[in-house]
Amino acid sequence: MKTTETPAPLPAESGAGVSKVDVPPTGRPAVRRREGNVLNVFSHGILVIWAIMVVLPLVWAVMTSFKDDSSIFGSPWSLPDSLHFDNWARAWTDANMSDYFLNTVLVVGGSLIGTLVLGSMAAYVLARFDFPGNRFVYYLFVGGMSFPIMLALVPLFYVVNNMGLLNTIHGLILVYIAYSLPFTVFFLTAFFRTLPTSVAEAAFVDGASHARTFFQIMLPMAKPGLISVGIFNFLGQWNQYMLPTVLNTDPDKKVLTQGLVQLAASQGYKGDWSGLFAGLVMAMLPVLAAYIVFQRQVVQGLTAGALK
Amino acid sequence: MQHGKYRFIVGFLALPLGLYALFVVWPFIQSIYYSFTDWTGLSPEFEMVGFDNYKRMLDDDIFWKSLEHSLLFALVLPVVTISLALFLAFMINVGGRRRRGGPVISGVRGSSFYKIVYFFPQVLSIAIVALLFAFAYNPDSGAINSLLRGIGLDGVQPLWLGDPSLALWCVMAVLVWSTVGFFVVLFSAGMASIPAELYEAALLDGAGRFTTFFRVTLPLLWDTVQSGWVYMGILALGAESFAVVQIMTTGPGGPDYSTTVMVLYVYQKAFRDGQAAYATTIGVALLVVTLAFAAIVMRLGRRERLEY
Repeated sequence: MKTTETPAPLPAESGAGVSKVDVPPTGRPAVRRREGNVLNVFSHGILVIWAIMVVLPLVWAVMTSFKDDSSIFGSPWSLPDSLHFDNWARAWTDANMSDYFLNTVLVVGGSLIGTLVLGSMAAYVLARFDFPGNRFVYYLFVGGMSFPIMLALVPLFYVVNNMGLLNTIHGLILVYIAYSLPFTVFFLTAFFRTLPTSVAEAAFVDGASHARTFFQIMLPMAKPGLISVGIFNFLGQWNQYMLPTVLNTDPDKKVLTQGLVQLAASQGYKGDWSGLFAGLVMAMLPVLAAYIVFQRQVVQGLTAGALK
Repeated sequence: MQHGKYRFIVGFLALPLGLYALFVVWPFIQSIYYSFTDWTGLSPEFEMVGFDNYKRMLDDDIFWKSLEHSLLFALVLPVVTISLALFLAFMINVGGRRRRGGPVISGVRGSSFYKIVYFFPQVLSIAIVALLFAFAYNPDSGAINSLLRGIGLDGVQPLWLGDPSLALWCVMAVLVWSTVGFFVVLFSAGMASIPAELYEAALLDGAGRFTTFFRVTLPLLWDTVQSGWVYMGILALGAESFAVVQIMTTGPGGPDYSTTVMVLYVYQKAFRDGQAAYATTIGVALLVVTLAFAAIVMRLGRRERLEY
């Protein structure tokens, strides 16, 4: 693209070099340039405004979590007069935030591992083996991405209930895994297809079984894909609200999102808004902190599926 | 290679497929069947009633309201969110001031900062976001009205979620707020893969920014925009709209059913009113709307694929 340098009519300098004083050619670039500056200010302004709109509610929440109730209602935008850490302590112990955290960690931990193991097993078979029904199974999984989950939840409630899994942590884990499989299988099938076949074939010739080839050769090779889809599922499962709302109504088993919603309803009677905000911020901060640390991987994991 | 191949395939597929069939596929099939019965969900007995539930649905005013709101969500939210995201992404990636000797197109200063900040809401649970905004909208002590008071607009103090004509838009604004960042990052990744020569050629031909956007960026990004559109529509019809409407609006469903959506109505009929069969009927309608939406977007958006 070097050739472009010579003919390009650069606005300011080339105007001086032109002997014939011709108004339009020199005038127009100048106008465009000013227009460009206006556009720059305008575009940057909008970017700044949107950034403020994103950050302001979050900052407001953090500020509010350190205030006492009277100043929350009296002056919502003032800085806290002193840092009321007791709000946080109250939310953590009295409002059961510690239990909600523990439940969430258990559910997400179990289902994340299960999703990755089962999802990669299914995806590997679907990506690498020809067998009758392969396409059918693949589309059965992938079709699950576009169906409204609520339709299935009505009978699912009774399926789970009949199996004695309602309001249990392991029941919730199994359901989370099942509903995470469509995207996981879709993503990992595409990923396994991109991996070279020669390594696995060599292992197979050397006498490794199919299962051993998968666990010792293919899984380590698929690590980048597993990380992406793992982050995607982690955030989806950590933030899940609809599934636990329907299938997990025992107050002792509540996960973070439901717990906070219930807290909001009950604090309305108790009037402990500062405690509630402390709970909200407590739930927000770990995810935001993890995002800032693993920013690149998170963005890759969340956008990878949509770009395919 | 053949030895033990089928045993391996069955062994690897059995668990994921079994779990998926039991918790996802089977409930879907059941719920279509239940929509032709008078099952309450409270007792195991039920009888076939033909199309009675569907007839009832067509006479149900609340159903029509929920359908109207769901359609509004599916049409307005993707348009607003994707337009805003395209605009912001274009500004971030192409809106930079042209510097002499620098690359032909460049992002604005701090482009990576904007991308990080804009993505914040995406990592938070929609339930937490909904709770946060429910307080921000509070007419007396919420952040928004006190901000309005703070800048001297004492007369402008809407009831927000309490006003039947405003509530639905308030809820939609929250969904826009929480999803724009995801699409900004998604479109930025797409824009980064457009070769710079195309922009150079457009600039040489004297194209301004608007022309460049509509003639170069948008056509080359079209596939991503389209799949983002479908993705956003499915979210707006399903889980996301359930969370925001259920958590934020009174009832839930808003004053005078002004915010009720199909997915919430399914939930209420099944788990509040003990009308499981009728709930699945509305669920089937939701399924039809979702699939029709996806089909229409894919069809309208079909274009010749541009290779670059």
